Amino acid sequence: MTGKQPYVGQGLEAPHAFTLMPGPTKHTQYPYVTGTSVLGIKYKDGVLIAADTAASYGSTVRYKSVERLKACGKHCLIGASGEISDFQQILQYVDKLILNDYMWDDGNNLSPKDIHNYLTRIMYNKRNNFDPLWNTLVLGGVKNGEKYLGVVTMIGVQYVDNHVASGFGNHLARPIFRDEWHENLTLEEGIQLLEKALTVLFYRDRSAINKVQVANITEAGINISEPYALKTNWDYNAFKNPTVGAEGSW
Amino acid sequence: MAMMMPPRMNPSDSASGPKQHQSWSPYDNNGGTCVAIAGSDYCVLAADTRMSTGFSILTRDYSKIFQISDQCALASSGFQADIRALQKNLDARHQTYQHQHNKQMSCPAMAQLLSNTLYYKRFFPYYAFNVLGGLDDQGKGCVYSYDAVGSYERVGYAAQGSGMQLIIPVLDNQLKSASPLVLPKRESATPLSESEAVDLVKDTFASAAERDIYTGDGVEIIVINAQGVQKHYMELKKD
Repeated sequence: MTGKQPYVGQGLEAPHAFTLMPGPTKHTQYPYVTGTSVLGIKYKDGVLIAADTAASYGSTVRYKSVERLKACGKHCLIGASGEISDFQQILQYVDKLILNDYMWDDGNNLSPKDIHNYLTRIMYNKRNNFDPLWNTLVLGGVKNGEKYLGVVTMIGVQYVDNHVASGFGNHLARPIFRDEWHENLTLEEGIQLLEKALTVLFYRDRSAINKVQVANITEAGINISEPYALKTNWDYNAFKNPTVGAEGSW
Repeated sequence: MAMMMPPRMNPSDSASGPKQHQSWSPYDNNGGTCVAIAGSDYCVLAADTRMSTGFSILTRDYSKIFQISDQCALASSGFQADIRALQKNLDARHQTYQHQHNKQMSCPAMAQLLSNTLYYKRFFPYYAFNVLGGLDDQGKGCVYSYDAVGSYERVGYAAQGSGMQLIIPVLDNQLKSASPLVLPKRESATPLSESEAVDLVKDTFASAAERDIYTGDGVEIIVINAQGVQKHYMELKKD
């Protein structure tokens, strides 16, 4: 600005003086602070969802204690990868939905499927306006004995499966799930499987860190673990002596 | 209304700075193949159950067939989110129709409605490739084939989606429908029996799954005839 006074009385520039952003409306064209993969599996008694606690600013791991798993209502949990601020807005939408539903006071609670459908409509509507919410959301829950695990993306694509993963997880975690997942996994086996996948992601996805959370959703309720560190092993020969077999290249 | 696609950066734009981000697209192609065959008193409608994006499989068990009424079903491939919106739209219109007329919409009427619905979004299209199948007012099998913006045609058989290039020549060879130019107008329904048609459909999907990476995992087949709707499922290659 050229040092003009903000508009007080009348004048030709009145509309601009009160506009936060002059010119045409800007939409989200790319994300700023992003979270990486979220993983989810069904197991014998419910659903497990896991993610690390990193939030990256481009290729910089900018924040290391961002919780990307949030409980929504009694039966549902959302895990988010992608733009963190958009996720926080989504949580506000969902909280509002749940509050409005609560005010009916009919003893009913929204099922994970209800919330998944609602979020799919929000994501698809935003993409129709060319102003997407830059996230892939993983949705899990149990209601009336029915386990539910689904995904919705920034352009409104949605699906359900026995095991899901967003982002890099689709390439690195799901092949492991396809090998090792079965319907009767116990809680311990399920957590072990997720930790194995998270460790692989930590080794190969540069924006993943080894500080993670695992959430357990059962008929009894939702339990999100405190962040904890994965055990890692750097004793592989290829790590200790990376030039072996590639002599002269460095 | 946002009718325009966001401008895409091309290499000649590099004078205004290095390309930093891939421009966002509101579309994706989730793949999939749909096939339908009309017989004299039945209609076979089939679609695979794989949903992909790029080289990744999102899920192996996603149904692309949507049952609109007792005598009409829609198989769609393309962009899953648009397809879902299209299905919800048609379902809502059909609900209204039933309240107003106290009957279900006929398959030819639904075919016209689908065309209009697609053309309504001509300048921000549903990225959906549809095959509509069912029984017409005389109880004959009918198949309608569409493009993404609503141009459509009643045919004896049709294939749409990622595997159509592999499947259509096989159907042409096996079913030999009369050219629409031949006069007087020839019957478009195929002479095959119901079970022969189902077997042919199974073969075309097994073949398409060999070469098309977006077709596989399983194929869902529904048969609509005077008795109602029967569903079948066959496993396909998962590679």
